[in-house]
Amino acid sequence: MTCTEFLAMLDDMIDDSIVAAETRAEVEQHLRKCGHCEVVLNTTRKTIEIYRSHQIYELPYEVNERLHAAIMTRCKAKRC
Amino acid sequence: MSTIQSIAGENEHPDVALVERVRAGDVSAYDTLVRKYERQIFRIAQHITQNREDAEDVMQDAFLKAYEKLDQFQGNAKFYTWLVRIAVNESLMRLRKRRSGKMVSIDEDLETEEGTVPRDLADWAPDPEQNYSTSELADILRRTIQGLPRGFRVVFALRDVEGLSTEETAEALGLSVPAVKSRLLRARLQLRERLSRYFHRRTRAAQRKLELKRDVH
Ligand SMILES: [Zn+2]
Repeated sequence: MTCTEFLAMLDDMIDDSIVAAETRAEVEQHLRKCGHCEVVLNTTRKTIEIYRSHQIYELPYEVNERLHAAIMTRCKAKRC
Repeated sequence: MSTIQSIAGENEHPDVALVERVRAGDVSAYDTLVRKYERQIFRIAQHITQNREDAEDVMQDAFLKAYEKLDQFQGNAKFYTWLVRIAVNESLMRLRKRRSGKMVSIDEDLETEEGTVPRDLADWAPDPEQNYSTSELADILRRTIQGLPRGFRVVFALRDVEGLSTEETAEALGLSVPAVKSRLLRARLQLRERLSRYFHRRTRAAQRKLELKRDVH
């Protein structure tokens, strides 16, 4: 397996969706001898994990409550 | 999940019952649905519009529109995916308004070769985020993702941050599954490349240690 072929499998690796045992063995073999691809895999995983665990767009509680109330008021007005 | 169980409704998504109650006229059930998804919808709108005011408006309009159009909602899709699709469309409409009527789509600005081949191959520190304060880190993450083309940013946000499946992301964005997959890969690689600048092994803490060592000699 070449680095390019590995890269094409990167998302499947990350999402753990490689089904074929043969493919998985090839990927693992490539990782054992290619430090670059190992770094790419690990740091891409880390990238996702950091974005998942640090929400960058959070509404302050009061703003959220105000918007929530506004939504419900407008929905109730739509009935009848 | 076996077919028999889903027919029996045992594994039915809890939103299905809530949607049914709203359709029957129970507004409090809609309150529950809004509570459940309002923060996600705000975040998605913010990722697309990159504007706090617009994202607040989109959040309100999307829930109102979903409420009005609930009769058109087909039970074969998840309520959340359907709601995200409405929010995506509302967000694009906001952007169009800001650009005085110019068409805005999720396909814009994708003419880039960046992120197809990883360039920065140096490893990161073990827990690189710990070298930054919470607000510094948030700033880095925000600036980094904002630099991505919108069509990549939104795929990453839906798929990796908000946890939609590839199929749900495709449905919410009106894209094909292969299109979502190719964007996701490039979004992930571009973010990784850009974050490398901050998260290399030689972070500030490591740097400081190096300097201390140098002082000893
Ligand atoms: Zn390689």
